[in-house]
Amino acid sequence: MAKIKANKSSAANKEGVLARHGVSGKLALELMQDMLLYRRYEEKAEESYAIGKIGGFCHLHIGQEAGAAGVIKVLQPEDYVISAYRSHTQAIAKGISPNAVMAELYGRVGGVSKGKGGSMHLFGRDARFLGGHGIVGGQVPLATGIGWKIKYSGESLVCVCFMGDATVNQGGFHESLNMAAVWELPVIYVVENNEYGMGTAFDRVSKTEISMRSVPFDIPASSVNGQDVLSTFEHFRNLTEEVRAGGGPRLVELRTYRFRGHSMSDPVSGTYRSTEEVERHKEESDPIAILRDQLFAEGILDQDTLEGMDAKAKTIAAEAADFADESPLPEPGALYEDVWGETNAHGRLFFDGRRT
Amino acid sequence: MATMTYRDALNEALREEMDRDPDVFLMGEEVAEYDGAYKVSKGLLDVFGDQRIVDAPISELGFAGLGVGAAMAGLRPVIEFMTFNFAYLAIDQIINNASKLCYMSGGQFKVPITFRGPNGPALQLGAQHSQACETYYLHAPGCKVVTPATPADAKGLLKASIRDDDPVAFMEGELLYNFKGEVPEGDDFVIPLGVADLKRPGSDVSIITHGKMVHLALQASDKLEGEGIKAEVLDLRTVRPLDVEAILETVQKTNRVVYLEESWPYAGTGAQVVSIIQEEAFDHLDAPVLRVPQADVPMPYAKNLEALAKPNAARVVEACKKVLYR
Ligand SMILES: Cc1ncc(C[n+]2csc(CCOP(=O)(O)OP(=O)(O)O)c2C)c(N)n1
Ligand SMILES: [Mg+2]
Repeated sequence: MAKIKANKSSAANKEGVLARHGVSGKLALELMQDMLLYRRYEEKAEESYAIGKIGGFCHLHIGQEAGAAGVIKVLQPEDYVISAYRSHTQAIAKGISPNAVMAELYGRVGGVSKGKGGSMHLFGRDARFLGGHGIVGGQVPLATGIGWKIKYSGESLVCVCFMGDATVNQGGFHESLNMAAVWELPVIYVVENNEYGMGTAFDRVSKTEISMRSVPFDIPASSVNGQDVLSTFEHFRNLTEEVRAGGGPRLVELRTYRFRGHSMSDPVSGTYRSTEEVERHKEESDPIAILRDQLFAEGILDQDTLEGMDAKAKTIAAEAADFADESPLPEPGALYEDVWGETNAHGRLFFDGRRT
Repeated sequence: MATMTYRDALNEALREEMDRDPDVFLMGEEVAEYDGAYKVSKGLLDVFGDQRIVDAPISELGFAGLGVGAAMAGLRPVIEFMTFNFAYLAIDQIINNASKLCYMSGGQFKVPITFRGPNGPALQLGAQHSQACETYYLHAPGCKVVTPATPADAKGLLKASIRDDDPVAFMEGELLYNFKGEVPEGDDFVIPLGVADLKRPGSDVSIITHGKMVHLALQASDKLEGEGIKAEVLDLRTVRPLDVEAILETVQKTNRVVYLEESWPYAGTGAQVVSIIQEEAFDHLDAPVLRVPQADVPMPYAKNLEALAKPNAARVVEACKKVLYR
């Protein structure tokens, strides 16, 4: 989607799509604006990485924006979201400012974790975005614990836990599903199935489909086209209310595709997937192009308006990069801050010359 | 002698040991079709096939344990962790099973397994991906811990580790994979575990270290040389079993020691070595032993803080001067 242009042919039989999904025109346009922002934002991160402003690993969500937009839009501000390392867009969707996310990617004090976390470790307590986790599957038991807290305190909230397809082969995933089922915890485990864990196709290391994985625990599973933001939104709207009302945990597969390499340091294609495969997905299942065609067909969006929305998205992304650039590096003293939540312990806390 | 990278030296060791012993197989994430996340197993799938070079799902606890079971039953597995950061998920299998089975079974079951992969911080990878983890594996008896610094050591020690009848945590340096050096040729180039190597002789002060930090110690000793100080660099190579004789020898020679380590100071390898020195060579010390470790904090992402957290040559130089009272 380097350039936005209408693709008339695919808009043919999409009549009444908003009504079918029960989505208002206003909401549909919001979803479009959100996805445009996520796309342009990740492109900006890509650019900043290329010129060395962002270091380390940087995992982009390009191609998978409908998941962030369609799922998180459904939630209330007090609901929780937790995720892995491919989570810049999700953090923004949950309410962390684009500026604070970009400054974190840049490792600056203005970052949401004061520059100490980096691209993989975004956290926002106020936004109820609980990370930003770099160990595959590490967030899944945490989500279960958040579900436990919600139930313990009798709150009518939900926790959405994002993970990738390859994560369902970690033991902690299965242990978590069992506990969530036994204790009927309000957790929605969302598997973003982009078909690969790094360079390994899902079916090379997995015998059963993702939706089969919750069968042993008697957790209802479903699968949705994660490139169609309207379907995703509708699916989660219904499901979230069931979970909120005490219906217990759910497992959802979002069928999606990653348009970039696993991280900025990995190839887009190569031994594990062909360039043609990637190009075909970009052509046929770009979530932004899909929504654009739907909204053109509905007559609630035209090319000019779309371009205006895109310009707005680019401005926000550019402003975030400027903000990050201007935000200073952390003070050296910050090195020893925040290791513990409380620093009034009686003994000696640091053992490399620091006696705090 | 051939000049090759650390990565190629490891690759050659794997090839030779797999050629030599049909019971050796390699399993881990991305090791086969992707040639390994850091390309250490490049080309091995073509040579040995997918029964012996095996792509695993992201199930560290599972495939580490699978390796332990296979070793109990008679195979000689090499288990690759994409990095040792991810081996925390498998540590129960490594400590509670691999490292204790020989003892618990009264010597009936040997566990000839090698767990290998990169260890130690690279650049700006943040707290969960930047840690030197050797201490976890050498704390409990039963596991050997190897940290090669050069291509030759990488090859000779990996061959020894695979041939060894005990579990070995073989910890490579991620930033060393492209490092080139001379490597002796021939199948029987094996470096025994538990033998330190004097990487540079000196007379004024000893820098004891291991793994990637050896190169930092050499840089520091270059700088010290410029100031007329002759530093000796002792590379432990294996941190368990420890070459205590070599440690005592260098202490007796220079009477002053700086221990350089990539990991945290609290109960680290340095703490262990210092304890041995004060017990067995107290009278030979002319100054307290100083440690230069990573700062005692999880690794920060911000570039400037990360630089502050890591040991560097300047800090080593400073510590050497301090033990020399200069
Ligand atoms: C426990 C663990 N093992 C390995 C890795 C290295 N790694 C990072 S992401 C990844 C692939 C994960 O794939 P998936 O869950 O499908 O998520 P995606 O990246 O496709 O979003 C791997 C192997 C890790 N971070 N943690
Ligand atoms: Mg995936």
